[in-house]
Amino acid sequence: MNGVHDMGGMHGLGPISPPTEEPVFHEPWEARALALTLAAGAWGRWTLDASRHQRELIPGPDYLRMSYYEKWITSLETLMVNGGLVTDGEIASGRPAEGAVKASPPLSAEQVEPAMARGGPTDRPLPKPPRYVVGDVVRARNINPTGHTRLPRYARGHVGVISHDHGGHVFPDTNAHGLGEQPQPLYQVRFEAAELWGPDADGRGAVYLDLWETYLDPA
Amino acid sequence: MAHDAHHDHGQEPPSDMALRVKALESLLVEKGLVDPAALDAIIDTYEHKVGPRNGARVVARAWSDPAYLDRLRADATAAIAELGYGGRQGEHMVAVENTPEVHNLVVCTLCSCYPWSVLGLPPVWYKSSPYRSRAVIDPRGVLAEFGLSVPDEAEVRVWDSTAEIRYLVIPARPAGTEGWTEDALADLVSRDSMIGVAVVRNLEGGA
Repeated sequence: MNGVHDMGGMHGLGPISPPTEEPVFHEPWEARALALTLAAGAWGRWTLDASRHQRELIPGPDYLRMSYYEKWITSLETLMVNGGLVTDGEIASGRPAEGAVKASPPLSAEQVEPAMARGGPTDRPLPKPPRYVVGDVVRARNINPTGHTRLPRYARGHVGVISHDHGGHVFPDTNAHGLGEQPQPLYQVRFEAAELWGPDADGRGAVYLDLWETYLDPA
Repeated sequence: MAHDAHHDHGQEPPSDMALRVKALESLLVEKGLVDPAALDAIIDTYEHKVGPRNGARVVARAWSDPAYLDRLRADATAAIAELGYGGRQGEHMVAVENTPEVHNLVVCTLCSCYPWSVLGLPPVWYKSSPYRSRAVIDPRGVLAEFGLSVPDEAEVRVWDSTAEIRYLVIPARPAGTEGWTEDALADLVSRDSMIGVAVVRNLEGGA
């Protein structure tokens, strides 16, 4: 979807102003928000791609105003409702609904380390050989899907060169919408800065993106 | 955490977000959906165990051991796993090396993808709209905001983390560090140098 989250190449969003030192969490609630999201995710009711898309669905003005962990909590509430773990009424009241069955067992403290160490690898075998090889010249398709996609607007329609073949990976555009992993070849593609930004490119350079096969046409 | 919140804020009332997250946690605990001890373990992991010291050890090893650097180039995920690092948000790693000809910078324009397994959780500026929007179109301007100037003749490579591949910048080894131990080298390597918004300096040697 062409949301404000797809912000690569925009101007006017302010200075970066990095602080010299900052804590891992600025407020204790941020730490709890991160932990709740990971622990609730362990129920397997949504994919990583679905959780990213849920954050993209936050209306643009709110998305730009909210902090990172506020977006996480807002999305987590919706993911849990849609995943059947809680109801809107329970979130509003903060209390389990009458007669609600207690779930069990949740992710335990002992399971945290192995779960984090395992992560969620997305490499998958492919049903057929990849279409492109390193060195092939490709054009990113001009697509404007209303759902989840990982092809940023700034690359669409532009020409790049395949610089690496990552093998098969889960396709986020389907996986985010409950349509399955549908693995595809994933390629690293180099786009020259001048190709993306024209004469306004800020000097010698290139942008590399990791793009799935159906994002690309031969050029 | 309630104790910490009180400690941090003195007499201030808890924020709306603090209350909202607390209410959600209470609900999920009551419903048996999360275990508070698991939440504590997750927080402890990212506050104390998984952070940029991991990445610094990878860089120090790459600087010290040419055979390791070769393995890192060939398969960064496997080479990083040799040091015991991997898993969540580091399942598929690629290392990119800074040289006099090439400076690398990592961003995620679409969200905030970041190599957690070697750098921990991303800093606020990395997740911010200004960084995400400008890193791809104005990398030299962004680097200037971090006090870094890349020579005109060098190429700036920006890595936009659009898939589950996570990028780790291997900064250039500073002069005057020949013969240093890996521990001493790792102490020089900052988080920002492994994102690409800083270089590694040997302050003792003035390099």
